[in-house]
Amino acid sequence: MVIGGGVVGMSIAYGLVKAGDKVIVLDEGDDAFRAARGNFGLVWVQGKGAGNIDYARWSLASARRWKAFGQELESLAQIGLELKQEGGLRPAFAHADLDRQLHEMAAIRDAIGCTYPYQPLDAADVRKLVPSAGADIVGAIFSPMDGHVSPLRLLRALVSAFVRLGGSLCTGEAAQRIIPRTDGFEVVTMKRSVRSGRVVIAAGLGCRALAPQVGLEAPVHPERGQVLVTERMQGFLPYPTPHVRQTGEGVIQLGDSKEDVGFDDGTTTRELGRIARDAIRYFPLLDSVNVVRAWGALRVMTPDGYPIYEASRECPGAFLVTCHSGITLAANHAGAIADWIRGASEPSELHRFKANRFHEFHVQTATQ
Amino acid sequence: MTHDLIVIGGGPAGMAAAVAAGALGLNVALLDEQHRPGGQIYRNVGIADSSVKTLLGADYAAGASLLAQFARARVDYRPGTQVWDVDPARNVTVLCDNRAECLSAPHLLIATGALERPSPVPGWTLPGVMNAGAAQIALKSGPCVPEGKIVLAGTGPLLLLVACQLLAAGADVTALVETAPRGNGISALRRLPRALTAPAPLIEGVRMLAKLRMSRVRWYRHATNLKVEGDTRVSALCFDAGGAHREAADMVLLHHGVVPNTQLTRLLRLEHRWDDAQVAWRPVRDEWGASSRPGVWIAGDGAGIDGARAAQASGTLAALAIAHAGGPLGEAERDRQSKPWWRILARERAVRPYLEALFRPPKWIGVPTDETMVCRCEEVTAGEIREMARMGCAGPNQAKFFSRCGMGPCQGRLCGLTVTQILADAHHTSPQTVGAYHIRAPIKPVALHALASLCATPLEHASDREFSE
Amino acid sequence: MNSMFRPLLSDQPPLFVYMTIEGRPIRARSGENLALTLLQAGFSHTRLTPVSASPRAPLCLMGACFECLVEVDGRPNTQACMLEVREGMSVRLQNGARRAESGDDA
Repeated sequence: MVIGGGVVGMSIAYGLVKAGDKVIVLDEGDDAFRAARGNFGLVWVQGKGAGNIDYARWSLASARRWKAFGQELESLAQIGLELKQEGGLRPAFAHADLDRQLHEMAAIRDAIGCTYPYQPLDAADVRKLVPSAGADIVGAIFSPMDGHVSPLRLLRALVSAFVRLGGSLCTGEAAQRIIPRTDGFEVVTMKRSVRSGRVVIAAGLGCRALAPQVGLEAPVHPERGQVLVTERMQGFLPYPTPHVRQTGEGVIQLGDSKEDVGFDDGTTTRELGRIARDAIRYFPLLDSVNVVRAWGALRVMTPDGYPIYEASRECPGAFLVTCHSGITLAANHAGAIADWIRGASEPSELHRFKANRFHEFHVQTATQ
Repeated sequence: MTHDLIVIGGGPAGMAAAVAAGALGLNVALLDEQHRPGGQIYRNVGIADSSVKTLLGADYAAGASLLAQFARARVDYRPGTQVWDVDPARNVTVLCDNRAECLSAPHLLIATGALERPSPVPGWTLPGVMNAGAAQIALKSGPCVPEGKIVLAGTGPLLLLVACQLLAAGADVTALVETAPRGNGISALRRLPRALTAPAPLIEGVRMLAKLRMSRVRWYRHATNLKVEGDTRVSALCFDAGGAHREAADMVLLHHGVVPNTQLTRLLRLEHRWDDAQVAWRPVRDEWGASSRPGVWIAGDGAGIDGARAAQASGTLAALAIAHAGGPLGEAERDRQSKPWWRILARERAVRPYLEALFRPPKWIGVPTDETMVCRCEEVTAGEIREMARMGCAGPNQAKFFSRCGMGPCQGRLCGLTVTQILADAHHTSPQTVGAYHIRAPIKPVALHALASLCATPLEHASDREFSE
Repeated sequence: MNSMFRPLLSDQPPLFVYMTIEGRPIRARSGENLALTLLQAGFSHTRLTPVSASPRAPLCLMGACFECLVEVDGRPNTQACMLEVREGMSVRLQNGARRAESGDDA
C-alpha cells in the first residue's frame, strides 16, 4: 500500500506493480494541497548536492535512468511525456553569482566520482544558444545532463500505467491512521480500513502526522512556490532554465518563490510581480506576453532540503519517502526505491537520508 | 484604505449600490471593465438610438433612468478598468490603460452579474454559433443583426425575447428549437400561484409567445440530439423533435439560461452552494448580501438569477447594509429606507421559481456526449473528462491538471459548470461534493509587464535562489 | 464572403473611421465594437486555435469566451469585443499561437 498519489507515491507504486506486486494507492481528494501541482517539470542535475555529494550522485543517477524509464512508461501508458534531455541553462545576472556557482560545480565534479559535464558560457555564448536572452544576463552554466518533462503528463501516465498493470488507485481516501498488525498494517481512512503487508508513506506534507505511527519521523514543512503560466507561444526557448521554461504546448512557465507561509497556497501580487520582473530580465520578449494562470503550490521541505528514505526498524515493512524533487528522482523511485521496498538491499546513497540527521542538526543550532 | 466602499461591476446592481452609498456620504469607487456603465442588460442604453430602444423594449429603455442617476451621483467611476486580483484583505489590484493600481476599502461589493450558461453541443465551436445574448448585445452595441437564416435553440425567457427582438429588427429568424424537457411544464405548475402574485413578467411572456406564433418561425419543442453542422462555418442545425430535423442556418444562437459569474467570489474563496433549481453555483450570502467573509458583499445576478430590477434593489439594499455596518447609517434608518426595496425584491422574485422550473435546461446540456467539446480553449472533449473520472479524478482541479481542461485564457468560465456536472454524473454524486475550479489571480489574462510594475521589492540577485523542479 | 452581421439603420447619420483588417481598408462606424466590425466586414473567423488550427469566431460578445482574440496594433491575443474601433487601427487575425518577438520587432 502506498499512501499518497502524487509524483513520488505514483512513481513508487508504478515501480512496485511493474515488478509484480499487488498494490493499492490511497490518495486525498480534489481539494488537497498537492505539491505535484507546483512542479516545474525540471529533470535537473547541475548545482544539486553542492553540500551533499550523495545527493548529487543520487540526482545524476536518476537523470541518467530517466530516458529508459520514460520510454517504458510512455509505451505502457500510451501517453507522451514531452521529455527533452538536451541540456539545461542556468543564467546569471551578476558575475559574483556565476563565479560562486562555477566554484560549486567544480567541487561537485571533483568529488562525485563519475563524469559531470558542464560548460560556462559568457553573454555572447548565451545569446548564440538562445537569441532572445536578455542583455542583463552576464553568462550562464550549460549542462547536457539537464532537461525537462511535462509534470502533468508524467503523473497522468504513471496513474494510467499503474491502473493498466492492475494497480488500485483510491482517490478521496485520505489516510488517517496506520495501525501496525502482526501480519502487516491496517490503514484507516474516513471510508474504511485497508490491510496490507507493507506500507509506503509518500504523502507529502501528510507524512508528518503519519510517520510516527510506524516508528518513523518526517519533520517536513510547507514551502510555498508561486508559479505563473502564460498563453501559448511559438517556440523560442529550446532549453529549460530554473525559472523560465517553455513547455511542449508552447506555454511559458515562470517561477518561483520560496516562502514560509504555512498552509497558504494563495498567490501574492508582490511575489508574482517579482517573478514577472525577473522573467522579463531573462527574456525581454516576454514583456507583452499575457499571464493566464498563477498559483501557489506547497512544496514539501525537510529542514535541510534533502530527502528522507527510511525503513522502519520498529515496524518492519513500513517505509517513508519524502523529497521535493519528485520529477528528477522519479526514475530512481520507480527503480531502485521500488526494489528496496520489495526487499533488495538499500542503495548506498541513501545512508545520508535518514531522519536522525535532524536531531544532530537541531543540537548544533541550539549551541550557536 | 483608498475608499469606504469598492463596487466591482457597472450593471444595475453596481450602479444602484454606488448611487445609494454615495448619497449616504460614503466614498465609493465603481470599477467596470466595460467602457460605459450599464453592464450587459443595460449595455449602451445611454447612447442608444430611439429606434433601438423601441426594438429592445421598455425593460431595456428603463435602464436609462438608473444610468442618469448614476451619472449624477458622487462616485469615483473607473470605466475600462480590469480587476485582476482581490486579496482577502480587500486590496484590489486593477489595470487601466496598461497601468496597474491598487485600491482598498473596508467593504467590497461584488456585482459582476451573470454569464450565459455554456451550451455544449457537437459542432458548437463553429464560427456562426453564438449565444442568444450575444445577438442581443449586437443589437445594443452595433446596432447590427445577423445576416442570413437564423436558428435559435435552447430554453429560457431570453431565448424567446431575442427571437422577438430579432424579428422586430427585420432579421430572418427561421426556426426556434426549444430544448426544455417535457416534464418541465408539470413541475412548473406548482409554482404558478406564487408567480401570479406579480404577473407582469408572465403577461410579457404571453405577449412574446403570441408574437412568435404570428410569425413564420418554425417552432419545435422538447428537442434533443442537437448537432451543429458545417465545415469552416455553420451550415445547419440538426436535432430530433418528433422525428429528425435539419434546419439550414447561417447563424445558430444557443441559450440555456444565465448563471452567476463566480470568478471573483471563487477567487476570494467564499462559500458557495450548488443550487439545483437554477442548476448553478451561488455564493452564500445573507438577505442583505453579506458573504461568508466579513467586509465582502454580493449583489445582483452574481448572487443568484433574479433579473435587472431585482439587481437594482439588491444593490441598494447592500449599500444600506454597508452604510450601517460602516457607521453613518443607524439601524432604524436603514430599515426605513430599505422597506420599498424589499417589496420590489419580493415582487421580482415571485416569478423566478416558476420560470426556473419551466425553463430548466435538459440534463444533456450539462452532461454532453463524449464527442462534444467542453473546454473550447484547450479543446478537451466530454469523453476525455469522463476518462479523467475513470482515472480517479474526484473533482475539477484534478481533472484540470490531467487534461488541461480549464487552463486556457477563459480560465474555466465556459467549461467549469460542465466539468462539475460531468464528474458528478460519472461519480454518482452531487455537484456540491465534486466542487469547482480553484480560481486564482489574474482574474483575466494580464501582460507580464503590468504584473512586473507591481513589484515593489528592489532588484535582488535572481540566480541566488535555489530552484525546485 | 458573406458577412455574419449587417448594420441596422440608425436615427442619426453615422460617423465613420477608417482602419485596416488583415491589410484590407475597412470603414467602420465610430465607436463600434471591434468584434462586430469584424463580423460585419466579411470575416467569418477571428482566430485559428493554437491547438488544432480550427477557425473560431466570437461566441459571447461580453469578454467571457476569449474566442474573439485578434492582434490589434501589433498586440496579439487581444479581445476584440472589449475594444471600440479607432481611426487608423490595424487589426490582424490571431492565426495560431502568439509569435515570439518583442514589440519593437513586430
